[in-house]
Amino acid sequence: MTDQKEMEEAQHHVVSPTVYVVIFLALLVFTALTVGASYVEMGIFNPIAAILIACVKAVIVVLFFMHVKYSSKLTKLTVFCGLFTFLALIGMTLADYISRAWGRW
Amino acid sequence: MSDSTAIAHGAHDAPEHGHEAHPPYLRHHFENVEQQADAAGFAMWLFLLTEVMFFGGLFTAYLIYRNWYYPAFVAASHQLNIFWGTLNTLLLISSSFTMAMGVWCAEVRKKSGLVLCLVLTFILGIGFLGIKTIEYKEKFEKNHIPGAHYSLNSFLNPDSDDAAKAAGDKPLPLDMARHTEVYFSLYFAMTGMHALHMIIGIAILGFMIYRAQAGAYTAGHVTFVENFGLYWHFVDIVWIFLFPLLYLISRHANT
Amino acid sequence: MSDTIVSLPDQSTARIPKVNFITKENGLLSWLLTGDHKRIAVLYLISLSFFFFIGGALAGLIRLELLTPQTDLMATDTYNKVFTMHGVIMIFFFLVPSVPATLGNFLIPLMIGAKDLALPKINLLSWYLYIAGGLLAIYTMATGGVDTGWTFTTPLSTHYVNTNVLTTGLAVFIAGFSSIFTGLNFIVTIHKMRCPGMTWFRMPLFVWAHYAASILMVLGTPVVAIAIVLVALERTIGIGVFDPTKGGDPILFQHLFWFYSHPAVYIMILPGMGVISETISTFSRKRVFGYTAVAFSSVAIAVFGFFVWAHHMFIMGISNYSVLVFSLLTMLVAVPSAIKIFNWTFTLYKGSITFETPMLYTFGFMGLFTIGGLTGIFLGTSGTDIHLTETYFIVAHFHFVMVGGMLMAFLAGIHFWWPKMTGRMYPEKISQLAAVVTFIGFNFTFFPQFILGTLGMPRRYASYPPEFQVLNVFSTAGATILGVGYLLPVLYLTWSLKYGEIAGNNPWQATGLEWQTQSPPLTENFLETPIMDHEAYDYEWLENQKEKEVASVG
Repeated sequence: MTDQKEMEEAQHHVVSPTVYVVIFLALLVFTALTVGASYVEMGIFNPIAAILIACVKAVIVVLFFMHVKYSSKLTKLTVFCGLFTFLALIGMTLADYISRAWGRW
Repeated sequence: MSDSTAIAHGAHDAPEHGHEAHPPYLRHHFENVEQQADAAGFAMWLFLLTEVMFFGGLFTAYLIYRNWYYPAFVAASHQLNIFWGTLNTLLLISSSFTMAMGVWCAEVRKKSGLVLCLVLTFILGIGFLGIKTIEYKEKFEKNHIPGAHYSLNSFLNPDSDDAAKAAGDKPLPLDMARHTEVYFSLYFAMTGMHALHMIIGIAILGFMIYRAQAGAYTAGHVTFVENFGLYWHFVDIVWIFLFPLLYLISRHANT
Repeated sequence: MSDTIVSLPDQSTARIPKVNFITKENGLLSWLLTGDHKRIAVLYLISLSFFFFIGGALAGLIRLELLTPQTDLMATDTYNKVFTMHGVIMIFFFLVPSVPATLGNFLIPLMIGAKDLALPKINLLSWYLYIAGGLLAIYTMATGGVDTGWTFTTPLSTHYVNTNVLTTGLAVFIAGFSSIFTGLNFIVTIHKMRCPGMTWFRMPLFVWAHYAASILMVLGTPVVAIAIVLVALERTIGIGVFDPTKGGDPILFQHLFWFYSHPAVYIMILPGMGVISETISTFSRKRVFGYTAVAFSSVAIAVFGFFVWAHHMFIMGISNYSVLVFSLLTMLVAVPSAIKIFNWTFTLYKGSITFETPMLYTFGFMGLFTIGGLTGIFLGTSGTDIHLTETYFIVAHFHFVMVGGMLMAFLAGIHFWWPKMTGRMYPEKISQLAAVVTFIGFNFTFFPQFILGTLGMPRRYASYPPEFQVLNVFSTAGATILGVGYLLPVLYLTWSLKYGEIAGNNPWQATGLEWQTQSPPLTENFLETPIMDHEAYDYEWLENQKEKEVASVG
């Protein structure tokens, strides 16, 4: 029955426009941040900062615009599975390419 | 049949139910509207998972080649106009906002609000595609489209090219200059695939505006708008990653 | 103790129920525009059988050519096209959709007490996409075929052949979407539409198996889709992503391709394993041993299956460290499959075993899948794989698991649920004969190929050294027997549609909600939403039901 309750809650919860405005402004700020950061020489941290900022933006879109924060456990699990498989694809493929440079043992 | 143990309370009794007893949009294989809406939302999320994996292949390719050919990627990314790219990002983020507001309007049954939000989303989406067209046209004119007509000139002689000169690029060695074609292949594959998803989204938006005007989504049945919103936000998220990866590789001088 | 569990109603008075999903509506359009999962399953069954025989004919041509060491039946290029199309059709247009699209579609709603799948229109779309892809594949064959091997390895497929890579790629792309939508539909249905009392751990293991396979379909298929798109772009406009002269890496294609194609083999086998769980329980009159272990092992296969793809690439140029990691992970993925085999064996122990046709196929599966799976370990060990890869050892390995395993499971399932789908029994003696013939033919065809592989005969070669001829002749002879074994079911199953005995609701006295309804079922499956109040494979509950029932038919 918790499935049932969760489902009803997820469907009936209406996210208020205030939240949307806050997230929208946050996204604008992060965009400015990421553009600005690309003009600053930070060595290895440039790509790290760019990816991190993009991840934060994506996370707040997923949680608030896409309502995942207010959704059932199943929805959260589904998002996680997608992310996990995506990372597995990229991670393990990249691991091959990076480890090629290590040569034979 | 024991109702108390039923998964959800049916809005209609078993054999003879008139169609007044449940909404017309309730399909008969579902017990009730909640189950149907829940299933539809879940199905949309699963579809988005397939989209994540679809773009995943392209991101994998990008990360590998960026690692291998970093100077070529830097030089090639300087050919992209950061003004247009940032503007596009702002347009998409705004369209995500208007879409989210649209879903809210549908939920609180504000028909004119919903139509307005959908129209704004539509316009912002068109704006995005318009700018993309400008950018693609510029690539075409500079012969930066991969294939038979691809030109290495901008990378071998950066002074002959406005964008490269402005970024302070040094000339690339020939073999590294050749690898800029890989960058542009990925640029067109990724932004092209993204644009294709935008076009499909905009087409559906057009349909939705028409239906919203007729009150289809403000009578308690918000599933379509909600699920389309999920799709639209996903397309926005793809761009959130494409923008820094393609446009912002390195904008600081003297790299 | 009788030697059969079949319990049919009195044939002199029994009739097929007048109202069922077949008779509900008439006319071609009522079938082509149906939303009924059972009708869609039948549509799939017919089209799948069609493609199976095309793929089988191509296999026949391969074996004919390999009767002699020289390329005397067809040119080498033609041979390349024949084995490529055999692989493409058998994998994408037969094995991947086989059990899910026919039995899964038909049974999952029945097994969980639902009226239909969650998305009936998407289900129909799935079938149309399958047909579109299939027709495109046939068009490809008619216009010259493709000769890259079903693996489309770059840069051969992107730069060195003139054949129909694009159209075949498109056909596979479209079929991939068919698969995605089927998987998506199953996941939503299993999560959201179980009847009251049907908890996850009361569902038949058939459903668990399909759930795991569906996860693979949804998450894996898009990656091969993008791989195909990139090949198409590479071929048409030369984008350079797989082209070494432009700085691309052909191995990247293989990473993307096998990221799907390894899970694809689990997409193919898991539903078959689901069938085996059902038949082994029914024909041992015993609940499946270790239900939880079997259920979780299905999901474990799905999860681990995503992490082993590069074992198809050991000799291709990936780093040694990747080889090590993927080899290790491949050993791990074998464990859940082994768990299933052990659990099924323990199900048999002290069971009341009878040897109806589905059980014969099931025993065939157990033996042949085990052999195939064990040989997979030899291949997962990178040291031995270096010698065995690209030889007939690989060919034998995957045919043992796919044909000896999956296809046998498919036939087991078709025979097991035939009475439910059609209301009629097939003729038992000839079907048992067909099962035995298939088993014998299979072993003659594919066992010699293990030996050929270890002796060094390469795969995908139309000619070979003369010392390999004897084994090849054995193999071809076996293939002929195998062909007979596959033809017989087509004949007697079709015959049974008109002349088979009336089956009644539950000829096998099996547990499961699908056996509590009429055969063939009603369009809406159940008149009242069922309430599940007992565990899966609960034979005591079944006994109680029988005592309560008044025997009546018609």
